[in-house]
Amino acid sequence: MSFNNLDMLYRQVIMDHYKNPRNRGVIEDGVTVDLNNPTCGDSLRLQLQVEDGIVKDAKFEGEGCSISLASASMMTQIVKGKSVDEALQLADIFSQMVQGKDYDTETFDLGDIEALSGVSKFPARIKCATLAWKALEKGVDEEA
Amino acid sequence: MIDASIRNQFPILHQEVNGHPLVYLDSAASSQKPLAVIEAIEEYYKHNHSNVHRGVHTLGTQATDAYEGARERVRAFINATVAEEIIFTRGTTTALNLVASSYGDANVGEGDEIVLTPMEHHANLIPWQQLAKRKGATLRYVELTPDGRVTLEAVEAVLSDRTKIVAMSHVSNVLGTINPIQEIAKLAHEKGAVMVVDAAQSAPHRKLDVQALDCDFLAFSGHKMLGPTGIGVLYGKKALLKQMEPVEFGGEMIDYVDLHESTWKDIPYRFEAGTPIIAGAVGLAAAIDFLEDLGLENVEAHERALASYAIEQMKTIEGIEIYGPEERVGLVTFNLGDVHAHDLATVLDMQGIAVRAGHHCAQPLMRLLKQSSTARASFYLYNTKEEVDRFIEGLRQTKEYFNYEF
Ligand SMILES: Cc1ncc(COP(=O)(O)O)c(C=O)c1O
Repeated sequence: MSFNNLDMLYRQVIMDHYKNPRNRGVIEDGVTVDLNNPTCGDSLRLQLQVEDGIVKDAKFEGEGCSISLASASMMTQIVKGKSVDEALQLADIFSQMVQGKDYDTETFDLGDIEALSGVSKFPARIKCATLAWKALEKGVDEEA
Repeated sequence: MIDASIRNQFPILHQEVNGHPLVYLDSAASSQKPLAVIEAIEEYYKHNHSNVHRGVHTLGTQATDAYEGARERVRAFINATVAEEIIFTRGTTTALNLVASSYGDANVGEGDEIVLTPMEHHANLIPWQQLAKRKGATLRYVELTPDGRVTLEAVEAVLSDRTKIVAMSHVSNVLGTINPIQEIAKLAHEKGAVMVVDAAQSAPHRKLDVQALDCDFLAFSGHKMLGPTGIGVLYGKKALLKQMEPVEFGGEMIDYVDLHESTWKDIPYRFEAGTPIIAGAVGLAAAIDFLEDLGLENVEAHERALASYAIEQMKTIEGIEIYGPEERVGLVTFNLGDVHAHDLATVLDMQGIAVRAGHHCAQPLMRLLKQSSTARASFYLYNTKEEVDRFIEGLRQTKEYFNYEF
């Protein structure tokens, strides 16, 4: 059986982030956001350290499928060192991308996160991919 | 014996999903509908529809006859004593909420206890949680055996003179456990408590007899038993229903209305405010006819045989973990190694196989199983052994896919 479509969803880089998550852990004095995906039971804790409008550090813990955990790993990786405005811009771009809409590839080097563009072909899984980014938006909002 | 020709009655099953013939193994979430049900609803709308219990015209009478005929059909199906004991609701959830709000508010007070199990669907959990909060009552949970069963000893251990309500699923939607309701109802009654049964997962598969079970309330949903969505049933013992206050108010449920005071109709109408779910009731009656023509004992035997075969085959796949007791209905909840249930369900879907993944609206039970998520394959009368084979092959493919990728 061939799984061409699936290979769009489960790219090597995604499985790598899932198996070897970056920035998994806790930040002692960070802002904490707990988000659940109530339809499926995924739960994520995101912690952020924001100083002078810059995301200095981002770490996560939680349980979920490969897509939600890989997305959290990639998200923390790309937003570190970005300004809050840039992080929010990235959240927007990501949201456009996973919904299969045209998205801005110019402003940032999207790196690994573009591997998740295949999610747009799997409508039931879009929420998995966006969970971490929703937590980010909530976190920087609380920080502001 | 139910043979595969029954599938001709279910048009939806004859389609391809992602390039493969559909294998629908999610009937515990919602079943598919036979032509007989679809056509009964169509007939009703084409020839008999109007509002019920109002007006004197002929269509009004036809619609009322159809609706009340469905109530009688449900009465006979669960062997209730009289049709007044059958209240049509939107589904199991609404039915259980009605009991909690009406009977619960009137009969549960501070310090009283409500007995539940950790295997309850959220629909048979949260209404009681909210009731307990409103009244300062306490929830007591029956401890399950390690394989997910409820024993009479464990029930006795949490019953007390303060127990007012025992609410329990007849069949667990996750574990497939069949609970000994008849015996538990007896224990509840000895303490002066009422027995509330969530029959959402039993009504589609086994013959129910509310008099033999001697339960006080029983709820189920049409959509899980070949009927349409938006219709369900609350059965209640007549003597209890008669004491209960309505929870919704408006047309159809009143007797006499004045500017400052109103009085209610008798049961069951008192609990059916507004224009009722007429077409839904007609569809449900057709579903019951279909099930009884087949014979519920045949339906249950067919599904159990499929589930046993599936479990036997699944056990040959390394890394499969199956939850629930040996003795179970036709569903299997499981995990496959470290493949997350969502990922598993997506890969199966790419092969045309529909299973459920997630917490199955039973978060406390998931915590007890120490799983954030599980997959569930549930079988119904239209599933076949060949489909089980496709499912098993799908599991093998999934395992291979992720092993290769990891
Ligand atoms: C055991 C159990 N109880 C209650 C329900 C709720 O049924 P409904 O959503 O039709 O109200 C379900 C269905 O998901 C169920 O499986």
